[in-house]
Amino acid sequence: MERTRKVTKSNIPPAHDAMEQRPVATVAEFRDVNALVAAARAVYERGYTRFDCYTPYPVHGLDRAMGVRRTILPYISFLGGVTGLASALLLQWWTGGYDYRLNIGGKPFFAIQFSVPVDFELTVLLCAFFTLFGLLGLCKLPTWWHPLQGDTSFRRATDDTFVVAIFSDDPRYTITDTEELLRAMGGTNVHVHTAPATQSAILQPVTTPSDEQ
Amino acid sequence: MSTTTAVQTAHLRSDGIRFEREPLVLGNPTHHDITTKIASIAEGKPTPKYLLALSFTAAIAAWGVGCILYTILIGIGVWGLNNPIGWGWDITNFVFWIGIGHAGTLISAILFLFRQKWRTAINRSAEAMTIFAVICAGLFPLIHVGRIWFAYWLIPYPNQMQMWTNFRSPLEWDVFAVSTYLTVSLIFWFLGMVPDLATLRDVVTNKVAKRLYGFFSLGWSGSMRHWHHYEMAYLILAGLSTPLVLSVHSVVSLDFTAGILPGWHTTIFPPYFVAGAIFSGFAMVMTLLVITREVLDLKELITMKHLENMNKIILATGMMVGYAYAMEFFIAQYSGNPYEAFVFINRATGDYAWAYWTMVLCNVVSPQVFWSRRLRRNVPVMFIVSILVNIGMWFERFTIIATSLHHDFLPASWGYYTPTWVEVSIFAGTIGIFLTLFLLFAKYIPVIAIAEVKAILPGAQPQHSHHGADAQSHQVKHSTGA
Repeated sequence: MERTRKVTKSNIPPAHDAMEQRPVATVAEFRDVNALVAAARAVYERGYTRFDCYTPYPVHGLDRAMGVRRTILPYISFLGGVTGLASALLLQWWTGGYDYRLNIGGKPFFAIQFSVPVDFELTVLLCAFFTLFGLLGLCKLPTWWHPLQGDTSFRRATDDTFVVAIFSDDPRYTITDTEELLRAMGGTNVHVHTAPATQSAILQPVTTPSDEQ
Repeated sequence: MSTTTAVQTAHLRSDGIRFEREPLVLGNPTHHDITTKIASIAEGKPTPKYLLALSFTAAIAAWGVGCILYTILIGIGVWGLNNPIGWGWDITNFVFWIGIGHAGTLISAILFLFRQKWRTAINRSAEAMTIFAVICAGLFPLIHVGRIWFAYWLIPYPNQMQMWTNFRSPLEWDVFAVSTYLTVSLIFWFLGMVPDLATLRDVVTNKVAKRLYGFFSLGWSGSMRHWHHYEMAYLILAGLSTPLVLSVHSVVSLDFTAGILPGWHTTIFPPYFVAGAIFSGFAMVMTLLVITREVLDLKELITMKHLENMNKIILATGMMVGYAYAMEFFIAQYSGNPYEAFVFINRATGDYAWAYWTMVLCNVVSPQVFWSRRLRRNVPVMFIVSILVNIGMWFERFTIIATSLHHDFLPASWGYYTPTWVEVSIFAGTIGIFLTLFLLFAKYIPVIAIAEVKAILPGAQPQHSHHGADAQSHQVKHSTGA
């Protein structure tokens, strides 16, 4: 689908008062997982970019419906594995074969064969670390704050509710149209989550590096 | 799609009778029911029974820790080790505990890669068990080195002595294998728990609990953009843990095989150790889960199907271990090496014959009851067998270590070994540590993988996906009273 959206300006006029309540996002609840996937697809196809779905468990195919691009995490992990292997070889060769050559039972100072167990373990270890920290980096976690954390629907997303939220800094966001779209797709309890202007101004980006086109 | 799923869920037996696949979760709970169920365990006040159990295990743990301190203070002369038997209960316990851990990784990683959905109800507790077992295991080599304050010498680091560790020694490989295993298991366990901790964070009312769950859930929001990365991370970690778990006990077995001692110096050891590890680990998971599902009332989530599947694995790995015993014995005679042949005859008839036959009875004979479906689904029977297997697998390690050491090449250097009260206390202490940690886990950490169980409930996945359709047809069948 052709989607042109290089608009940088928000549709919401700037606030005059820091304490003025500003819309953060339009939030809709879904009960049925099929409706959720359909809604996510519709939101994506309308050209929205600053939206997210919050679910209690990973829903198969929802990421594709939302137009999420394939994660780059495997490359990060692979890099970790390569780093681990290289450091294991270097460590064993340099310590045993170069820096501290000690004859033990006439065994070679360094050989690929005896280095295999440590090579393997360090490859796995570094790969796991890169995966963990890569994941945290891609998800921008840990975080103390979420723009929707005061929203009741959002808080129930870790329990049993599917939530679709379209953020107000999306170029296509308008209070009426967005709300109408979510309602049309079967969303219930569709409402605008608001926060004082000071808070909504520091809205964190929800898109992760791999999503960027 | 619907016809294929119908074929998958309702099998046609050869006698023409259709039978339904057993559901993974009983009682048709909603997502909210699952949350409430697990949250209520974490939120409820600890019962007097729980506190009593906890103080009992903590007392044993404290006694064990006291004996460890005593050993460190006086030296390992307080143990029964002698020349020629330089490895006794300590290394036996090390191998025993490491082996226990393996089932957790098997359930969490290997069954995940094989798409065995029944693992979801038991993987969290099995992984917890892995970590606690590896903690117990790690204690023993550290005390065994005698001067524990120099234990950091095991790690290669630049130092003023200008010395490096010896990477040609399997003992050094073990340092890397065990510490990697502990670290990766912890990462895997913690990562799997983050969404569940977030669930508890949003449900619990207690302020302190909310803060703690909030801290450890890292601000998880359930965002699908995060789940997308998360699922990949989980897959990668499962893929890493699978060869890792096979490597750990293989490396442990290399500690033995690299020695020239008859009975140790064999090529069958790595696969034999891994099979034994999975066998003993599943027995321990069984022991703990039979109690946990009873005490925490989780019978709808940890169903008879789970227990039966585990019993099948116990039976299969028990047979592998039995095969290894027989093969070891055969090869020793077939090799024509008189020392090798003697060690095995000596195992079965010598000073430690009682240990050898205990091992055979517990590991090879007792799991045979699981050929019967009725006994496989009988809780008291499986509990007893799991305890027997735990005992048997401890004796396997003891047999391997003690019998090979006590009668080696020279009759002049033969000896016998009995543990002292200190060694027995330390082993009991590690059981105490293990159970204490497990009790704390069962109370305060989501004992069931909440998000994973929710994802396999009927209707949890969209129709177009394979899993969802599968689950949907399940629901239809069961609601029609099949």
